[in-house]
Amino acid sequence: MATSSQGILDLLSPYPPGWGGVLLTGAASTVAISAGAFLIGLLLGTGGALGKLSGIRPLRLLLELYTTTVRAVPELILIVGLYYAGMDGLNRLLAALNLPAFELNGFAVAVAVLGFVQGAYMTEVLRGAILAIPVGQIEAAKAFGMGARLRFHRIILPTLLPNALPGLANLWMSVTKDSALVAVVGYQELALATRLAGASTKHYFIFFLASALIYLALTLVSNAIFNLVERRVRRGQPKLA
Amino acid sequence: MTFSWISAYWPLLLAGAVQTLSLLAISVIFGFVIAIGLAFAQVSGGPILRSLARGYCTFFRGTPLLIQLWLLYYGVGSLLPMIPGIRQSLFWPILREGFFFAAVSFTLNYAAYEAEVLRGALLAVPKGELEAGRAFGMRPFTLTRRIWLPRAIRIALPTIGGEIVMQLKATPLAFTVTVMDLYAVATKVRQDTLLVYEPLVVVTVFYLIITAIIARSFRFLEAQVPVRR
Repeated sequence: MATSSQGILDLLSPYPPGWGGVLLTGAASTVAISAGAFLIGLLLGTGGALGKLSGIRPLRLLLELYTTTVRAVPELILIVGLYYAGMDGLNRLLAALNLPAFELNGFAVAVAVLGFVQGAYMTEVLRGAILAIPVGQIEAAKAFGMGARLRFHRIILPTLLPNALPGLANLWMSVTKDSALVAVVGYQELALATRLAGASTKHYFIFFLASALIYLALTLVSNAIFNLVERRVRRGQPKLA
Repeated sequence: MTFSWISAYWPLLLAGAVQTLSLLAISVIFGFVIAIGLAFAQVSGGPILRSLARGYCTFFRGTPLLIQLWLLYYGVGSLLPMIPGIRQSLFWPILREGFFFAAVSFTLNYAAYEAEVLRGALLAVPKGELEAGRAFGMRPFTLTRRIWLPRAIRIALPTIGGEIVMQLKATPLAFTVTVMDLYAVATKVRQDTLLVYEPLVVVTVFYLIITAIIARSFRFLEAQVPVRR
């Protein structure tokens, strides 16, 4: 048991005898998975919010089902279920088209599954933010003769962002942490890399503490960035108390 | 979809449900008690206590629960046997179980989230009510017990319901440390029968039912103390 600080530094060094490099690579893929899932979630969420606010009844019911089930079922079950269902479904589709089955890229599946989960939460956040835009602003823009696109990026987007940003920041924090669940289905990101490092050296405590600190750093840095962005999108708004 | 396996596996499913529910109950009850301490430390503690409580909440809210669980189970779990005499102690049969580590890490994690909720609620209690209590000559402890804490809990009640549901959705992680909870039973059924989706569906329905029960009982609880708007 290496308890001296020299031993710990050797274990965490980024070059091969140490496992620091493995952890950092894992951290990079955690960030990549989270970012990908966040973007997919943003797309799904925008579509979902607009769909929920549109008057089309079947579409609204379908989206209601999507957001309710995804938010009610444990993430782990969703990820495992969708992981297998996604792989299985794609391979069946390929078989039906007489194409050879291929081993799906674990990264793509992880991003797709987490993005699907994020989309449900994003739908709710964005729907609330869109509803919070004063109707008068949009009517004023229409009265000035702005087209739909101009209206969107001059009026709707700038008024929507301050409302949506705290919710989006929360979702980003939760996807960075939820991405650890992908370890359970065997894709190597930070959590699984850490377990690997721990298993090969038997220094579980040091490695899990190190990776907890990496996650913590990730959270704190993103917190700071989101605060800056929020200050930027809230410029010109009157300060509350 | 075939569900004939249920007849053979229902005792296991039932035992798994008990494990899941007891993990939930342990973490919510003990976590809530710790959270009250953490929240008061942040709202009315001295600078050292305050920063300690803040640091605790930041750490547990900023790292994934899975990492906290593995840090305890693999990390602390591998260090525990080095304490002399612990293997002979009375508690060793509990201390070597995955269930113990899952319960501890869920409790610590839940406490951090709940403390944040309670902190906001404590600050949201109207000043006038606290001043009225002081004017009646209540000591700080009596004031807290009679007015401050009950009012804060009432304010936080809807959020607490949400947090408990979140905690329920986190319990399947326990299967990664050999706890035979409901999700682990589903995994076992999958390995035994090669059915992938059916066990997951059954387990999901169970989680949905529990979620509905929690939501209902919190709506009932909230109705017990009417709030003037």
